[in-house]
Amino acid sequence: MSIILNSSSRIVVQGITGKEGQFHTAQMLEYGTKVVAGVTPGKGGNTEQGVPVFNTVHDAVKKTGANISILFVPPPFAADGIMEAAAAGVDWIICVTEGIPVQDMIKVKSFLKDTSAKLIGPNSPGVISPGKSKAGIMPGFIHQEGSIGILSRSGTLTYEAVAQVVEEGFGQSTAVGIGGDPIIGSRYIDLLQLFEEDDQTEAVLLIGEIGGTAEEEAAAWAKGHFSKPLAAFIAGQTAPPGKRMGHAGAIISGGKGKASDKMKQLQKAGIRVIENPALMGKTLHDLIKERK
Amino acid sequence: MKIHEYQAKELFQKYHIPVPRGDIAKTVEKARSVAEWLGTNTLVVKAQVHAGGRGQAGGVKIVHSADEVADTSRNLLGKSIITHQTGGAGKRIQTVLVEEGIQIRKEFYVSMITNRSAGKNILMVSTEGGMDIEKVAQESPEKIHIEPIHPATGLLPFQKRRLTNALELSRQEGDMAGRIFENLIRLYTELDASLVEINPLVLTDESFLIALDAKINFDENALYRHPELGIYKDTSDLEEGERIAEEAGLSYIPLTGNVGCMVNGAGLAMATMDIIKYYGGSPANFLDIGGGASAETVAKGFQIIVSDPDVKAILINIFGGIVRCDRVARGIIEALNTVDVHIPVVVRLKGTNSEEAATLLRESPLSFIVADTLADAAQKVVRAALERGGKA
Repeated sequence: MSIILNSSSRIVVQGITGKEGQFHTAQMLEYGTKVVAGVTPGKGGNTEQGVPVFNTVHDAVKKTGANISILFVPPPFAADGIMEAAAAGVDWIICVTEGIPVQDMIKVKSFLKDTSAKLIGPNSPGVISPGKSKAGIMPGFIHQEGSIGILSRSGTLTYEAVAQVVEEGFGQSTAVGIGGDPIIGSRYIDLLQLFEEDDQTEAVLLIGEIGGTAEEEAAAWAKGHFSKPLAAFIAGQTAPPGKRMGHAGAIISGGKGKASDKMKQLQKAGIRVIENPALMGKTLHDLIKERK
Repeated sequence: MKIHEYQAKELFQKYHIPVPRGDIAKTVEKARSVAEWLGTNTLVVKAQVHAGGRGQAGGVKIVHSADEVADTSRNLLGKSIITHQTGGAGKRIQTVLVEEGIQIRKEFYVSMITNRSAGKNILMVSTEGGMDIEKVAQESPEKIHIEPIHPATGLLPFQKRRLTNALELSRQEGDMAGRIFENLIRLYTELDASLVEINPLVLTDESFLIALDAKINFDENALYRHPELGIYKDTSDLEEGERIAEEAGLSYIPLTGNVGCMVNGAGLAMATMDIIKYYGGSPANFLDIGGGASAETVAKGFQIIVSDPDVKAILINIFGGIVRCDRVARGIIEALNTVDVHIPVVVRLKGTNSEEAATLLRESPLSFIVADTLADAAQKVVRAALERGGKA
């Protein structure tokens, strides 16, 4: 039945009247996503593409029953927007905004502990459960409904993976961009847990990259807790230490975050590690065949 | 953003973290006059470059007179220093810091970073001051003591007691250290640092604690709210490509290989470098031209890549999602009308309208090598680089 998003998910778009917000609201509506509300402080009472706009997330949730929020809010205001959504009682918050200061995210993480909301991102391309709903900036048409779960820290590399998976004849249950920032909400482990429990998902592709230790932690956890076929690719095998490779979180520092270490830990945990990124789809295909 | 040691020490002083007396010099005469003003028997001359490992590379000298300070400064200023962090060309020394020598009784390591998994700032100390901390972490991790700092409470009294114990300090010294730690935490959070490192923090013969070295990196995403840090930005040691990228707001990291690459999205850009390596080539750079891939950014991309004389062939790998591939193809053709590129260009456009895009490229008078899959693109560009004499 997919994770996070399904056909009954009701979306509120924070920053709906901004350029990005407007554009992607149109794209999401076109995909069939139930965008039920928008929020822009000071613009309450207006409509945007037929969607009612509210001054606060609280109002939007109360009036429309929105349960998932997506943020297209500029970096200086995004952390506040995430906390506002959490306080308003949504289940999931998907933050697309790139460039939120790390110290702001430390406050957000601490704040979220006292709420029941879960965060995807920031710096995430969003979440898509193909055929059901899309809350994000990914091109909907490349996806197909199916049985593969995808978790990734990047955008276009995920689209590449999706395209390869589709070429192998598979669709996706849900594809989640967990975000390219150093501090993010939901991590691989949280989402692998959801895929483990999801009956639509038969196998999972994990796309990691240099920086931090999230992949190592996922490997250690998956060993005892994840029973479905799992393959992983780690981007940045050729990245030098100490340099930020585009994403704020993609940096090898203090001897931590190397692709080789991540690949070793994943392999050790029995996860199929993909060395050649052209073979993400094919490896998954092979893995599923072997298990059957 | 990285800043120089002397700049970090300026900030330390603002936050009441003690540092040795001293001043910077860009000329030999100034270095001598700083030494004369200090008037101490022991003096230290330190090269100011954006790279670690200066000590081993001869960038830090301890001397005993103003004449020696002048001689040392003459040897350093204007020269390049090569450390394990600078790359082969090294970094040119334009400034030295001249300081009083300090009588050291004990040396400690102190740093603050953000722990990504925990989502918290952490204070890290060790009795192994002055050492390479990565080595200490590997060989004797028990000698590193870590205190997570809660965003709501800051450093708590019990944590100060634990730090005092970990550093084997007396109560009085511990109080002094506690104040330094509090100031360091304040500096880190108020200024949005991503690293503050004091290696070493020293205990003097007179039982004072002084930061002998200082390193601060800042979170680039937070610079917008710290205009006062703008004066610390030093781009004088950037290469040409890095300068163009910085002006255009593109993410570019030069490497030592010969296959240039231009990709939309950081993850796909890294994966593209990886697959070039996988097929026996060697990537010359990381370059993310962003989601839109307009003619203008592609032109900047070409300028950046061809500024590196080692590049023998270029791979453009664009996944056109919301932006259509035919538009990207037109942009690439347009860009090549404005930038001179005399090396093979392999183009792979995937996504919406990719077939129209391939036709546009094939029919253009410019001789593109059009590729279909990621593997096809990588193999074609590696072959093209080899044919032009590039080493694998």
